[in-house]
Amino acid sequence: MLDTPTLTKEEICKPENLVYSRTHLMTDAPLSYCPGCGHGTIHRLIMEVIDELNMQADTIGVAPVGCSVLAYEFLNIDMQQAAHGRAPAVATGIKRLMPNKFVFTYQGDGDLAAIGTSETIHACNRGENITIFFVNNGIYGMTGGQMAPTTLPKMKTATSPFGRDVETMGYPLKITELIAMLPGTYFVTRQSVHTAANVRKAKKAIQKAIEYQKLNKGVSFVEIVSNCNSGWKMTPVESNKWMEENMFPYYPLGDIKVPQ
Amino acid sequence: MSKTKDIRLMKGNEAFAEGIIRAGCDGYFGYPITPQSEVLEYLSVQKTKERTGMIVLQAESEIASIHMVYGGAACGKRVVTSSSSPGISLMQEGISFMAGTELPCLLMNVVRGGPGLGTIQPSQSDYFQAVKGGGHGDYKMIVLAPASVQEMYDFAKLGFDLAFKYRIQVMILSDGAIGQMMEKVELDEQIPRLTDAEIIKKYPWATTGKTADRERNIITSLDLNPVKQEIMNRKFQEKFKRVEENEVRFESIHCDDAEYLFVAYGSSARVCEKAMQLGRDKGIKIGLLRPITLFPFPYEEVARLAKQVEGILTVEMSAGQMIEDVRLGANGAVHIEHYGRLGGIIPAPSEVLNVLEENFIKSKVYA
Repeated sequence: MLDTPTLTKEEICKPENLVYSRTHLMTDAPLSYCPGCGHGTIHRLIMEVIDELNMQADTIGVAPVGCSVLAYEFLNIDMQQAAHGRAPAVATGIKRLMPNKFVFTYQGDGDLAAIGTSETIHACNRGENITIFFVNNGIYGMTGGQMAPTTLPKMKTATSPFGRDVETMGYPLKITELIAMLPGTYFVTRQSVHTAANVRKAKKAIQKAIEYQKLNKGVSFVEIVSNCNSGWKMTPVESNKWMEENMFPYYPLGDIKVPQ
Repeated sequence: MSKTKDIRLMKGNEAFAEGIIRAGCDGYFGYPITPQSEVLEYLSVQKTKERTGMIVLQAESEIASIHMVYGGAACGKRVVTSSSSPGISLMQEGISFMAGTELPCLLMNVVRGGPGLGTIQPSQSDYFQAVKGGGHGDYKMIVLAPASVQEMYDFAKLGFDLAFKYRIQVMILSDGAIGQMMEKVELDEQIPRLTDAEIIKKYPWATTGKTADRERNIITSLDLNPVKQEIMNRKFQEKFKRVEENEVRFESIHCDDAEYLFVAYGSSARVCEKAMQLGRDKGIKIGLLRPITLFPFPYEEVARLAKQVEGILTVEMSAGQMIEDVRLGANGAVHIEHYGRLGGIIPAPSEVLNVLEENFIKSKVYA
């Protein structure tokens, strides 16, 4: 047995003994995400960093269509809801006219890599001074589990019920590698939040992506490969295991482009 | 020193571009398309960043342009895009989102003939799209129809004023002829752009960064609760009604003693004005009603004149779109005919007068 000091109830409640609390910049609204989904953790990490950097009044967020369409319900910052795929264009409009604000988008794979591919690539190619958070779970979660541009080969979804056939449905799009080639991107990384260690790494990447925006050097881009236990029809634990075994080999974690 | 008027010879598209600069525009986002590319070209050569601080950006598409406008408008900025018919079709998604979020903006459509790629010549075949909706959902924009290069300039400031007064999208429905022709324009003094502090004070709804003294601002058209969504939509409809009650604009020429009436807007109104003079030279008492706002439409003025005249000829460079609103206004009180040229052809004044005579005068003689 460890020799842990015993605290009285009164001592536990003292502010100096606080070890964890609700993220300050998250609202009290209950998250609408499925239990086990990574979105809640990613929301929290972004808000923690904005809070720690004291940037609430400087931040304007953009959430387009997908599971995170209601992100503005949970994040206690000024936010704009954008049309499907158009967040990088909306963020461009904001940042060009409000260059001193921290502007970020929070997009899923269908949004960023299918319907919004043009907006994504051109915002990156123009070197917009914005930060893009890209949550890649290989599926359209909100509309009920259809095939996404990042759905893996042979992966079953509602619209690839016999598995994604690359001969007829094309290949999973590695858009993060693609935009990393563009001179307009400054920092490109791929993370996950499925273990405590990965959460800590992801938070560091998010902090860098936010701080780099102040340098006006171009797009900071953080992909987070995440699970969709509901869409993948697995338990949360199974989905994390499946993600490690299948998603990570195709979408390897780590920095893809770091400032020279 | 006495002030001299600043008068210049300009193209319609250039006059509009100069108009938005002088009206204190913060940002323009656009994509080249004939016959309106001069707007972006003029703004680019003007070095607006140095002149007023205005941002000008060439987007990758009209879709991106309108969503850049959305982002800027949601920050309380005075933002503009311009295009021509096919480009405006691409923008309908963003316009609908701006209607659903009540974002003020100024849009210019220098109309060319359609459908499809159509032609680059002037047309008025986008009336329905501009006036009756265009994008999805129940909404209206204020639609202004300039008939001169001076109005291309003047409507920039008027458009901003209306857009922010009602938190509504204002479209200037021009055409290739008005956009490309050159006329003299009298320019006003530069109106300074608003500072961020002024925007925060004037537009408390704007996303300018959440400060401790207010709740967070959210710009969204989404509400999954149908009861709330209906309340929001009713609020929009009340706004459109206020616009209809307060913002009808039109010009009437020689209507007091008119026995016959032209109803026409934009380029067609200029043709009709000449046709009216030719008719009056022959002793035919013709008047011209030129709607300046297409939404709100001058229904009451049409109704009043419909009881006075013996026939109305609407002239449009389309297969007949505005005529539906003229018929609604007249409500069966008088015989109404349409005359239009399609595909980018502008009718001649003599041609238009001839149609009026054929329909209403000769038929009467031989009846």
